[in-house]
Amino acid sequence: MHATHTPLSSIILVLVGSFFGSFGAVFLKLGAEHMKGQLARLLTNYWLATGVAFYLLSSVFYMAGVSQGQLTVLYPMVSLGYIWAVLWARIFFKEPFTMAKIGGLAMIIFGVSLINFGNA
Amino acid sequence: MSSTTVLEANSLIASKAAARRSFVLMFFCTLIGAAAQMLIKQGSAQLGTHVTLGQLLQSPAVFFRFALGMVTNVKLFFGYSCYAINVLLIAMALKGRELSRLYPIIALTYVWVTFLSLALLGEHLNFFKAIGIAFIVGGVSVLGMKK
Repeated sequence: MHATHTPLSSIILVLVGSFFGSFGAVFLKLGAEHMKGQLARLLTNYWLATGVAFYLLSSVFYMAGVSQGQLTVLYPMVSLGYIWAVLWARIFFKEPFTMAKIGGLAMIIFGVSLINFGNA
Repeated sequence: MSSTTVLEANSLIASKAAARRSFVLMFFCTLIGAAAQMLIKQGSAQLGTHVTLGQLLQSPAVFFRFALGMVTNVKLFFGYSCYAINVLLIAMALKGRELSRLYPIIALTYVWVTFLSLALLGEHLNFFKAIGIAFIVGGVSVLGMKK
């Protein structure tokens, strides 16, 4: 029998995972900017390696999170990672906050809130 | 027709074809990504349940059980292999279309994961969950828009 309720501990693990994952994206972008095209250089591109390491770390938290509870509740929580992505893009890459980003994030936060409400 | 307009017309057709190819590639990515989520969910459950953030941070045994699970657990191995394939497909898709235009397609993953969770994991949807997922799909799509 599957669990009908998703515990808060799982939600927290998934959120921590998506937080680490957002740094993965930052380093992959830094790596892409330092890319010279050759495959050999790709393997010694430490920015990319750091990005992948962050994704692996993020995955450990994610796996522990989804090991219990419902995926229909937990997977949508990953979308909150966009909050960090928009913030890091502003801080590290000087990408401005736009109405689209603020509106999109507001919709995501509202959606996640509804799912949590549906889980309770 | 002069040769320059023929060239312009040809490059327009080529860029439209590249854009369509990007959309198709990204669409496949969402299907592969959703399938990966099923494998990761089932594989993780095989590694043990009732794990909290505190346990994961305090116990190296618990941490490495999940970390090594990517190679020791068949479902997790194939699940994360799907993600490795997706990275290559996304890199190919980005050659024909900028990322912002692909966000609405990427958001479809939330829909597929929900359908597959109902079909394969015996989960149930309720009104709040369904509307919540619709808002997330809309939000991710809006996020990538210009301005």
